[in-house]
Amino acid sequence: MTGTAEAGRARPPRLGVFKFASCDGCQLSLLDCEDELLALSEAVQIAYFLEATRQPLAGQFDVALVEGSISAPEQLEQIRDVRQRSRYLVAIGACATAGGIQALRNGADVADFLSLVYARPDFIQTLADSTPISAHVAVDFELRGCPIDKKQLVELLLALLAGRRPRVPNHAVCLECKRAGYVCVMVTQGTPCLGPITHAGCGALCPGYDRGCYGCFGPAARPNVTSLQAQFARTGMAPDTFQRLLGTFNVAAPAFAAARQALPIVSP
Amino acid sequence: MTATTRTIQVDALARVEGEGALTLRLRDGIVEAAELRIYEPPRFYEAFLRGRDAAETPDITARICGICPVAYQMSAVHAVERIYGLTMTPTLRVLRRLIYCGEWIESHVLHVFLLHAPDFVGQPGALEMARARPEWASLVKTGLRIKKAGNSIVRAVGGREVHPINVKVGGFYRLPRRTELAALVPELTWAEQAVRDCLDWSTTLDYPEGDGAYDFVALRHPDEYPMNEGRLVSTSGLDADVTEFDQHFAEQQVPHSNALQARKRQDGGTYFVGPLARWNLNHDRLPAAIQAAARAVGLAPPVLNPFRSLGVRLLEVLYAFGEALRLIAAYEPEGPASLPVEPRAGTGHAATEAPRGLLYHRYATDAAGHILDAVIVPPTSQNQAQIEDDLRRLAPTFVDLPEEQATWRAEMLIRNYDPCISCATHFLRLKVERS
Repeated sequence: MTGTAEAGRARPPRLGVFKFASCDGCQLSLLDCEDELLALSEAVQIAYFLEATRQPLAGQFDVALVEGSISAPEQLEQIRDVRQRSRYLVAIGACATAGGIQALRNGADVADFLSLVYARPDFIQTLADSTPISAHVAVDFELRGCPIDKKQLVELLLALLAGRRPRVPNHAVCLECKRAGYVCVMVTQGTPCLGPITHAGCGALCPGYDRGCYGCFGPAARPNVTSLQAQFARTGMAPDTFQRLLGTFNVAAPAFAAARQALPIVSP
Repeated sequence: MTATTRTIQVDALARVEGEGALTLRLRDGIVEAAELRIYEPPRFYEAFLRGRDAAETPDITARICGICPVAYQMSAVHAVERIYGLTMTPTLRVLRRLIYCGEWIESHVLHVFLLHAPDFVGQPGALEMARARPEWASLVKTGLRIKKAGNSIVRAVGGREVHPINVKVGGFYRLPRRTELAALVPELTWAEQAVRDCLDWSTTLDYPEGDGAYDFVALRHPDEYPMNEGRLVSTSGLDADVTEFDQHFAEQQVPHSNALQARKRQDGGTYFVGPLARWNLNHDRLPAAIQAAARAVGLAPPVLNPFRSLGVRLLEVLYAFGEALRLIAAYEPEGPASLPVEPRAGTGHAATEAPRGLLYHRYATDAAGHILDAVIVPPTSQNQAQIEDDLRRLAPTFVDLPEEQATWRAEMLIRNYDPCISCATHFLRLKVERS
C-alpha cells in the first residue's frame, strides 16, 4: 500500500463513494465524521460522492468506498466499472459485505415479493438475489456493520493514507463486552445474545444498553454457531429465536446462512 | 415554424439521499412531461416483514433509511403498541420526543448545510464551498458542529446515530441516566445560539420565486408542535384520525419510477408533506420566541415558496434545540424502561413526523404477534407527485436559462423537498427534453 502514500505526496489521493442497494446509512457515516470531514477533504480529493456533491463520475480512484448490495441488473455493469476505475475497493456495511437485509428475498419467490409491493411488477427491474460486492468483483477490504462504525471508517482511511493495513479486529463482540466491563446479559438475565459469534466493531453497544447483541456486524472469524445455539436451547429460549436473530441484516453471510439452513425452519 | 423539442436531463441527482433521475420534456417551451424517476432498486420491506415478529419492526424498518431511522422506529413502535393496547409512561414519551428532536436536528442540518446551501452559492457541494471562501469554510464548520450536537442526542438516547439500538416496542431497553443527558447541555446551548446566527446568514441568500397553492398535510397535536402524535390535518380542511389515512390517501404506481406515488383519494390531487407543511399548519403550537425568530427573518406563515424551506428547517432546528433542552432539564428516569408486551391479533396504524414529512405505518398481526401485512408510506412517496407538479409549474421560470443553469435550477427544485430516495423505494436523475 506504499503506492497510495507515495502517490499522496505527488497529488492528493482520489476517493470515490459509491452506492448500490442500501439505506445510505454507511456513506452517511462519512458525513457524520463531523470532526474529521473537513480535514479529510484536504488530505484526499473527494472526487465522486453523489450524496455530497454534483461532480460527475470521471477518471480513476485511489480508493473506492462501496455501499450497498448488488440487487438490480444495471448494477452488475456498474460495479465492474467501479472496480476497473479503482486501485483499492473497500466494501462498507452489511449490504456490501453480505447482501443486507434485502437478501431475505434470496430463495424466496421474487415475483411474489414484487406483487406484494407493486401493482405492476412488470415495470420493476430486479435480480432474484441480493448479493455482496465480493460476489461480483475483487474486494480489497471489508468494513462490517449495519451501519459501519465511524471510528473504524476513520481508521481505514488513515491506514490507506499512511499506506498500512487497517487495524480492524475480527474477533467477537464478547471480547469488547468483557473489556468494557459489562455484565453478561445472557448469563445474568437470560437475554438472547449473538455476542459470542458476532464480529467486533460496535464496542458491545447493545449489552451496554441491557440488550442482547442482534448481530448487525455479521459473523466474527471462526464463529462457534452450534455451541451458541445449544446454549440458547439450554436456557429455554423459544426454538425460533436463534433463527430469527440470524435472519436479519447479515442473513446471507455464509456462517449465518449455513447455521440457519441447519436449523429447523419455523414458520409463523 | 418547426416545433422544437428540448430535453433537460439529469441522470444521477446529487445531494439527495438515494438514487434518482429527472426528465423534463418541453415542446415549444411548454412542458410535456416532468418525471422524477426513482431507479434505486426496490428492497421489498413490506414483503419480507410478513411472518416476522412485530417486535422486530423498529430494528428492521430503521434500515429503510440511514438518515431518518428514528422516524421509522417511532412510526413502527407506535403502530405496534396500538395493536397491543400500550400507552407510554410520561418518561418514555419524553424520551421518544427527545430522540426525535435529535434526528430532526441531524437530518435538517445535513440538508441545510451539506445538501441545500451549495445550490444558493453556486458550488457543487459543501466541501467545495468550504475550500472556496474562508467565510463559507467557517459556515460549513459551524454546520457540522450543530449537526454533531443533534447526533449527540440520538446517541445518548438511542445508543448510536445511525440505526439506534435502544428503541423497542414497549419503550426502551435502558433509560438514559440523568447525567448522560445533562452532559449534552453545554453543547446544545452553544448550538441553539449558533442556529440563530445561521438564520441571519440565511437571509443573505437569493431565493428564486416559487409560491404555490399547496395542499399541505401534517400531524396536529392539541398542544405540541407535532412529532409522534396528532391528527391528520390539511390546508384543504382534512381533520382525521391516523387510522383513516388509507381512506384519504392512496399510493399509485407509475411506469417511470420504482417508488409508489401517493395522491389524495378525493380528487387525485397532489399534496405536500414536510417542514413547510408542519410550519404552516402548526405555527400556533410553537413557543413565542420561535414565532418571533420567524418574523425576524420573514418566515411567518404562510410560507408558500419551497425554496424558503431552508430557513424553515433552521427554525425547526432552533425549536428542536429549545425543546431538547427543556425535556432534558425536566428529565427524571422514573418508572420502567419498557412496558410489558402481550402480543395480540389486530391492526395498528401510526403516523409520525419524519424530518422530511409524514411517515405512515400500518401493521396487521396474528395472536402471536407475527406480521400478516405491512404498509409503509414514506414522506418522499407522498411528495413525489408534488415535486413533479412543481417542475411542471415552475419550468417556465427557468427553461430559457442556459442549459447548465436550467438543469441546476430543476435540481434545486427537487432538493427543496429533501427527498429521500432510499426511503421511497418501495426515488432521482434530471432529464429535460425540449421540443
